[in-house]
Amino acid sequence: MTDPLVKPKKKNPVERTRLPTRPPAPRSRAAQGLTRAAAEGVFEMQTCGDCGALQYPPREVCHQCLSERLVWKDADPRGTLIATTVLRHSNDLYFRERLPWKVGTVKMAAGPSVVAHVHEDCAEGGAVRLALKLDRSGQAVLHALPEKDTPNMNDAPQLRESTCDPKFRRVLVSDGKSAMGLAVARAMLDAGANAVFLGDPTSWKTVKAFDALVASDPRVQPVELDVTDTDSVDRLAASIGGKVEILVNTAAYLRDGGILGRKDVILARDAFEVNVLGMMRLAQAFGPGMGFRAADGSNNAVAWVNILSIHALAALPARGAWSASMAAALSAAQTLRAEFAGAGVRVMNVFPGPIDEEWEQLTPPPKLAPAAVAKAIVQGLQGGLEDVYVGDIAEELRTRLRENHKAVERELGQ
Amino acid sequence: MSNPVLAQFMTEFLAGRLRLVDLTQTLAPEFPTIVLPPEFGQAWPFRIEEISRYDERGPAWYWNNFSMSEHTGTHFDAPVHWVSGKDLPDNTVDSIPVENFIAAACVIDVSAESAENPDFLLTIDYVKRWEEQHGRIPERAWVLLRTDWSKRVTPKEYLNMAEDGAHSPGPDAEVVPWLIRERNVHGFGTESVGTDAGQAHHLNPPYPCHYFMHGNNRYGLQCLTNLDQLPPQGALIFAAPLKIRNGSGSPLRVMAIVTNG
Repeated sequence: MTDPLVKPKKKNPVERTRLPTRPPAPRSRAAQGLTRAAAEGVFEMQTCGDCGALQYPPREVCHQCLSERLVWKDADPRGTLIATTVLRHSNDLYFRERLPWKVGTVKMAAGPSVVAHVHEDCAEGGAVRLALKLDRSGQAVLHALPEKDTPNMNDAPQLRESTCDPKFRRVLVSDGKSAMGLAVARAMLDAGANAVFLGDPTSWKTVKAFDALVASDPRVQPVELDVTDTDSVDRLAASIGGKVEILVNTAAYLRDGGILGRKDVILARDAFEVNVLGMMRLAQAFGPGMGFRAADGSNNAVAWVNILSIHALAALPARGAWSASMAAALSAAQTLRAEFAGAGVRVMNVFPGPIDEEWEQLTPPPKLAPAAVAKAIVQGLQGGLEDVYVGDIAEELRTRLRENHKAVERELGQ
Repeated sequence: MSNPVLAQFMTEFLAGRLRLVDLTQTLAPEFPTIVLPPEFGQAWPFRIEEISRYDERGPAWYWNNFSMSEHTGTHFDAPVHWVSGKDLPDNTVDSIPVENFIAAACVIDVSAESAENPDFLLTIDYVKRWEEQHGRIPERAWVLLRTDWSKRVTPKEYLNMAEDGAHSPGPDAEVVPWLIRERNVHGFGTESVGTDAGQAHHLNPPYPCHYFMHGNNRYGLQCLTNLDQLPPQGALIFAAPLKIRNGSGSPLRVMAIVTNG
């Protein structure tokens, strides 16, 4: 079993902060198939569409029949750990700071033998399950995990390098007065967060659930934060920017209405002001500090979470202005991901279907409970994911977008 | 030949016998803006972004972009702001005759009553009692309601929201038409976020100050401060809104000229 993670001590303010380094990042284009699977938390391997051979590492052609018809398919993650070694020396800047590091060879039940990072609870000769995870470079790596969960296994330092577990980390929830913000805050507390900074964009307005949450747990600290106000964002970052290890942007503006049927773009502007520019303001204020602390001990800054919508990928014309803001927010999030890559801070985008909250009152069920979305966020962070699709509607739309995006466009427009 | 009044004014002013009082709140993002039910369009609060500050965005100069609604911060309401004033002549900020930007002011101090009762409403009887003490309200004068609401510094205290909406003082539905008909006032000004009381949607008509003042081509001033530095009678108000084409109102700097001592 893994030693449980101990609550990190208060930072010694006169010691130099370790700066982030990255494990080797270059990959072939073919290998990015692994990245896509790891980003979504699935286990897929490159498979030949002609002879059916499964291959690793990914290549341009099939290693058996030279076919170019290669597809990515779910694969059996089971295998046997046939050899391990513990690295005690490395010339790589990233690994030399994290030694000792256990690696090994796994003979997959599906065929290939692969080199993987090996969890400390795996024994040589024993059964393991492989998982594709993103490393701090944002690239897919294979982790050999115990066949069955072991106590505290997520606390293993090697695995924690690939995940963004809220345990003992401090989380900023940008809008803590919405149903979603409250649910995310509760989920983070349940997941063992050390502190939750609960953003309050409307200090003049009493929200009983907000006050109750603040009163219920000493780890919750209410903070004034309005993402439409640069000054407010800057002031908060100046005060707690060095303590935020996970930022969940729950600030959201959802209103019905298309484009042709209105006389003004005020609704669209208000949506962009919160959903897009708000994210950018938060990033400009909190991003540099998080990047600086991306390798700062066991409670290093690890993740930036955007709660978007599945309609970031396909417009819902009945909410056209809002949909446009979601698409723009996704685009901005992709840029943030590239900009955070150097530090290794993960940008996780969450794509839920309709959520059961006041502005979705007239949306027919099924609707996601905010708590269900919050749970998916925590699981995504624990798994180290990059893209999280929540609920049947989101999953279905995504599948159908791949099959025929024109059909989706026509149907959402009806 | 120049008019000696202006020269005398400057002499008095430079000698310190006349004084300017700034009745304007500082424009800042956290200053509260009126809140309507969320399904209505909302007035933008004050927002500001730096263009450059002697840096790579502009090496020798500092300047900002800002955005806000016509009804943000200390602001002027033109008659066209309300449906009752929509068809009146010269009812927009750009068409109001400039002479109307200077007027005398009567300051009715209801701060004690407002401290006790945030829903305090100004009545005809109250104004008559005030006139017995301070003299009749002259023609074409602003009536400014001193509530000390500007001393409520947090947005929470200032908007004073409860589950049934905002609670702040204002005029009742009888006193407003009376002030227009019987005293021919210039307009009405308050320290709170609107010229009407926080609960004025329950009066008849709703928002009587907006309804009657603007319906009679009179003006409004709100989010004023420093009214406690004005005498009950005798101050002169300079309040000129920005010249926005067809504008319904505008943020502005409101200055009062008072005699010193």
